[in-house]
Amino acid sequence: MNLNATLFAQLVVFFILAWFTMQFVWPPIVKALDERAKKIADGLAAAERGKQDLELATKRSTEALREGKEKAAELIANAEKRGAQLIEEAKANAKAEADRIVAGAKAEIEQEAVRAKEQLREQVAALVVTGAEQILRREINAQAHSDILATIKQDL
Amino acid sequence: MAAGSAAPTSGEYIVHHLTHLNSTGHAQKSVIDWSVINIDTMFYSILLGLATVFVLWLAARKSTSGVPGRFQAAVEILVEMVSEQAKGIIHSAESRKFVAPLALTVFVWIFFMNAMDLLPVDVLPKIGEMFGIHYQRVVATADLNAALGMSLGVLLVCIYYNIKIKGIGGWVHELFTAPFGSHPLLYPVNFIMQMIEFVAKTVSHGMRLFGNMYAGELVFMLIALLGGTATVFGFVGHVIAGSIWAIFHILIITLQAFIFMMLTLVYVGQAHEAH
Repeated sequence: MNLNATLFAQLVVFFILAWFTMQFVWPPIVKALDERAKKIADGLAAAERGKQDLELATKRSTEALREGKEKAAELIANAEKRGAQLIEEAKANAKAEADRIVAGAKAEIEQEAVRAKEQLREQVAALVVTGAEQILRREINAQAHSDILATIKQDL
Repeated sequence: MAAGSAAPTSGEYIVHHLTHLNSTGHAQKSVIDWSVINIDTMFYSILLGLATVFVLWLAARKSTSGVPGRFQAAVEILVEMVSEQAKGIIHSAESRKFVAPLALTVFVWIFFMNAMDLLPVDVLPKIGEMFGIHYQRVVATADLNAALGMSLGVLLVCIYYNIKIKGIGGWVHELFTAPFGSHPLLYPVNFIMQMIEFVAKTVSHGMRLFGNMYAGELVFMLIALLGGTATVFGFVGHVIAGSIWAIFHILIITLQAFIFMMLTLVYVGQAHEAH
């Protein structure tokens, strides 16, 4: 363990190596490390943002789904109401038609009855006249009493 | 314990292994001799220093902010670790631009130099001998010069930031008024305390690393000597002790590199704090 000039040579080498490291080794490595740290931080931030976006999208889709369901329910309710309305209308129409038909039939029947009465009246008058003729043939002239007979016919 | 008649004694073996290959060609005689330079320490520390910056540069060159490969991720773990420590200790972002890379370099570089301890103690010296290099020590951090050189570098960085942050006047003022307070009678005491603090910090910083690695190297040599007895006991002992010590040493080389880096940061951080 003797001291000699090696000491100073070593001292110089020490500073040269330190200088080299400072100049060519340290900066690029530290720069890479810092950049990577930044990249990772950015990546994490992006992931966080993505997560938030996803949450927002999920919320929005739930909202849309709920709205759709509401609309569908409303449509169904409307349709049901409309259907009931249509049935009511159809019922009313049918009733009116039926009433009309019944009324027509009634009128026809009445007409028919009137005509039958008319015929009956003619026949009865003819019958009466015939009867009266036969009765009166012996006693009276038919022509002489035709006025009276016509009046009677009218009153029947 | 010598294995054969031609082989060195265990004492010679250890001394041989602890002798540096220096510019004089023989072991340094005086404790301090500034005209001598350890060639082996310089060679391995520069080689491993280049390996350090090359490995780091390989990762830096292709670094992307995208998905990193395994190699890039490994280097990034290191950078992130050093960067976090630096952020906790040094609050000036401007200073961190230099101090954090310095700490990273120191950590990886010292780790590499310490890791040379894990190579079998005789491999590189024997290869060296084949090429006529008779002395070689491969663990650069087990050379006090290397460890103190680096801690001296840290001291210079500390002084630089002391002056930069507080200004010359501010720092000199601090040297004389801290830690005991501003009173003319206390000026010399404060100054002496500050000087002791700087010397103690620097010496302990370097000595800690040197001591750990030197002791670790020595234990490896002793274990190698045990195997060198060429007996069953020696062989089994070598395998067991060598394995245990090597596994334990993985912890030590990492820990010492980490401690050196942390203390570098702490000392530079202290230079930023005004008393």
